[in-house]
Amino acid sequence: MTDIAVAPGNGAAPLPVLTRKDFVSDQEVRWCPGCGDYSILANTQKVMPDFGYPRENIVFISGIGCSGRLPYYMNTYGFHTIHGRAPTLATGLKASRPELMVWVITGDGDALSIGGNHVLHSMRRNTDIKLVMFNNRIYGLTKGQASPTSELGKKTKSSPVGTIDQPLVPLSVAITAEATFVARTIDTYTEHIQDTLTAAGFHRGSTFVEVLQNCNIFNDGAWAPFREKDGRDDNVLLLKHGEPMIFGKDRDKGIRLRGFTPEVVQLGVDGVTEADLLVHDETAEDPTLAYILSRMWAPRFPVPLGVFRRVERPTHDQMLQGQIDDAIAAKGPGDLRGLLFGGETWQAG
Amino acid sequence: MTTDVSTNPAPDSVRDLDRVTIRFCGDSGDGMQLTGSQFTRTAAVFGNDIATLPDFPAEIRAPAGSLPGVSGFQISFSSNDIHTPGDAPDVLVAMNPAALKTNVNDLPPGGALIVNKDAFTAANLAKASYASDPLTDGSLSGWNVFEIPISTLNERSLDGLEMTSKQKDLTKNFFALGIMFWLYERSMEPTLRWVDSKFAGKPVFAEANKRALKAGYAFGETTEIFHHQQYRVKPAQLPAGTYRNITGNEATALGFVAASRLAKRDLFYGSYPITPASDILHQLSTYKSFGVRTFQAEDEIAAIGSAVGAAYGGAMGLTASSGPGIALKSEALGLAVMVELPLVVVDVQRAGPSTGMPTKNEQSDLLQVMFGRNGEAPVPIVAPATPTECFDYAIEAWRIALRHMTPVVYLSDAFLATGSEPWRIPEPADLPNIAVENWTAKETFHPYDRDPVTLARPWAVPGTPGLEHRIGGLEKADITGNVSYDPENHHRMTQLRAQKVAAVADDIPDLQVFGPSRGDLLVLGWGSTYGAIRSAVERLQQQGHSVAHAHLRHLNPFPRNTGDVLAAYRKVLIPEVNLGQLRLLIRGRYLVDAVGLNRVRGKPYRISEIEDAARLMLDPEGTAR
Repeated sequence: MTDIAVAPGNGAAPLPVLTRKDFVSDQEVRWCPGCGDYSILANTQKVMPDFGYPRENIVFISGIGCSGRLPYYMNTYGFHTIHGRAPTLATGLKASRPELMVWVITGDGDALSIGGNHVLHSMRRNTDIKLVMFNNRIYGLTKGQASPTSELGKKTKSSPVGTIDQPLVPLSVAITAEATFVARTIDTYTEHIQDTLTAAGFHRGSTFVEVLQNCNIFNDGAWAPFREKDGRDDNVLLLKHGEPMIFGKDRDKGIRLRGFTPEVVQLGVDGVTEADLLVHDETAEDPTLAYILSRMWAPRFPVPLGVFRRVERPTHDQMLQGQIDDAIAAKGPGDLRGLLFGGETWQAG
Repeated sequence: MTTDVSTNPAPDSVRDLDRVTIRFCGDSGDGMQLTGSQFTRTAAVFGNDIATLPDFPAEIRAPAGSLPGVSGFQISFSSNDIHTPGDAPDVLVAMNPAALKTNVNDLPPGGALIVNKDAFTAANLAKASYASDPLTDGSLSGWNVFEIPISTLNERSLDGLEMTSKQKDLTKNFFALGIMFWLYERSMEPTLRWVDSKFAGKPVFAEANKRALKAGYAFGETTEIFHHQQYRVKPAQLPAGTYRNITGNEATALGFVAASRLAKRDLFYGSYPITPASDILHQLSTYKSFGVRTFQAEDEIAAIGSAVGAAYGGAMGLTASSGPGIALKSEALGLAVMVELPLVVVDVQRAGPSTGMPTKNEQSDLLQVMFGRNGEAPVPIVAPATPTECFDYAIEAWRIALRHMTPVVYLSDAFLATGSEPWRIPEPADLPNIAVENWTAKETFHPYDRDPVTLARPWAVPGTPGLEHRIGGLEKADITGNVSYDPENHHRMTQLRAQKVAAVADDIPDLQVFGPSRGDLLVLGWGSTYGAIRSAVERLQQQGHSVAHAHLRHLNPFPRNTGDVLAAYRKVLIPEVNLGQLRLLIRGRYLVDAVGLNRVRGKPYRISEIEDAARLMLDPEGTAR
């Protein structure tokens, strides 16, 4: 506790360096044993000191679902709200308190079903919230109904002969909703989830992180081919800014674009070299590449993990504050008496 | 027709009147709201007491000339203190057959009827479903009809201006306004000034509107049609002060800005457009230099959600809507009850259910805001009674919310929102101090500890070192605020939330009675029925009846003396623009056999309706007549 760091946005106020333990609350964690949420929580607590924010300036806001309990376990300010609406509370909080770091913790049902509208609009406004969506492709807290990301035909308690609803691709939604930071990671892939959450935390603007999370009770193994260390290298594509898209245990496969269609190619076969491969550009202004990547899925493709898109735009709170500053600069700070006695008045008596 | 007004001969006679009620009606594209509001400003600046009732369709432009497209604006102006926009107009200005048809039956026999003769074409008569022309078939013989070719005269007065015929026709409302200005001896100056500022960049339109207004005025003066008879309504003797004319929605918005200053906290307004509440958003969005943050949300739920989020951060989180939007907000309002954050929710009521009649008045959301949430979720409710009270109760709503750490509902309605009256502007220094402090003491902090008097919990906002804690919609353990499923704790917390709201009764004024403190009949009201009830009770008192009027501004909890007031009268009449919602609460709470007057027609009560209902209770046999 002797080191000091500088808090972003707080001038040069020196702060004690915090550790993971500082972010662990006194509440007993109550997810099912073996749930992927434990890993997400631990890694969230782990990366939190990196941002240099004083603990009291960090707020976790959640909706309803298993993910919704996460704020109780973070020793920061926290607000467990109502189903699907966490982005709306986060928007009001961030708009009125721009200096706060606001995280939104949500799930596939919370964010994409009941709260779909709020996700769309908080993303397009570039609201500076870090939204982390735990995607387990099932409703866990209500015990096993189909979710908007459940695969077509999935048999669940609410769809005994299979769903008939086309699932949403969360990152495709986020990209078309104009999110300025879009990423995917996996609950138990420690190094990757830490890198991804760190990048999300440093982004200013609407941040959408999909965490492939295993519900070992109602949908165990949903992400098995990408989640298990064994075989993962062949089934995922780790996106790295500025680098060609290569994957595979032997790093011998890559992604090439033919027109607007990606394809998997074997390096060294038919004269294919690294130079033929797509190079990842997470900062591309045009969202087309990010969108194409978001459509790539197993078994035809490796599942991309990492930052799909990271672009800079003024944030909602900055623009709102800017309008207020402009108004004060132009008219001076509001004068209540002048306002009340303004317009057409007359005297009586 | 463009004769210089000032050189014309003085009128032959001017007759004094105490009060005049005018209704302008025409197609919704004819500018009747503008015409009415210009007359209103002029009468207000002249010093009359005024009350107005705009009445317009939900359709922005229903088919021209059709019955559903008729828009009206009624203004009553007086040399006395008045409470309502008048039961019936003395003068009806009808710009087309549809307007005539939908309004003429409100004009008492012998009333003055001014019609735009040019609009009575075969096509327009057909659109208004007239089988024959009422101007010629004798059906208007009971009224004093003035047929004026307004369109033709107006167009002639605009000769030489570079405008299309259609553009010229759009100014004919100002010709009609000019006639009324002459008839009631009003200055054109306020409106001429308004035209100059409104059309600053369009000199041709400015000129056209000014010419139209002056031509109408000159027509009144020079034509024989009115026999050179003018009428004068002298200024009213209003309490001394500086006045402005104000609608309820304007007063509401100003009240919230004032509350923000008085509480020394920034206002955050989350809102989704809905009639008749949208004007509050429009107005607040112009107050950025006051630090007011407005947020047009994606829906009603996001609107209240953002306001709760702002409240959590220590700002004054505010949202407004009308009945359908309030229904959508109910879950988040329940969350605000559970997390005990200050919040104000405005419901500008309109006729329901469902979409109902969006521009028409009703008081039918009282039970929705009282009970319309899951679980036991009480909230204080305040309801201004007049457009100017909308200012005071915006501050009162915040006073309660901040002091008692609770969401508060503020019930306005379409009549209050769009109606206007003179407002004696208060000095900011005379307004109450409603500021409260954030909690900062680390050692003594428990998120659900309570103030011993108000039972308010501490407001500990993010950014306060050492007070990091978690709140949410799950039941809270008493004091610690941790999640709790303990049965006894839930019972205790449910009681505490109810007691906290009930304790607001210690912090609000007693119910005032207008009239004898005991007697035969109490007329009890709330909200915008105030003016009609007060006028009816005044008339009955003048006739010697033992009648009193009490008007509730706090609907939850009721003032402490409410039961005593009710018990002091033999009978109680509760007029409401619903099917008896306050009556249900009063009967349930006080076991009083209150009688209702309940009509829901999308418009306010006439004084005579309340007077008749009250008289029937005072004298059921009718023997006194």
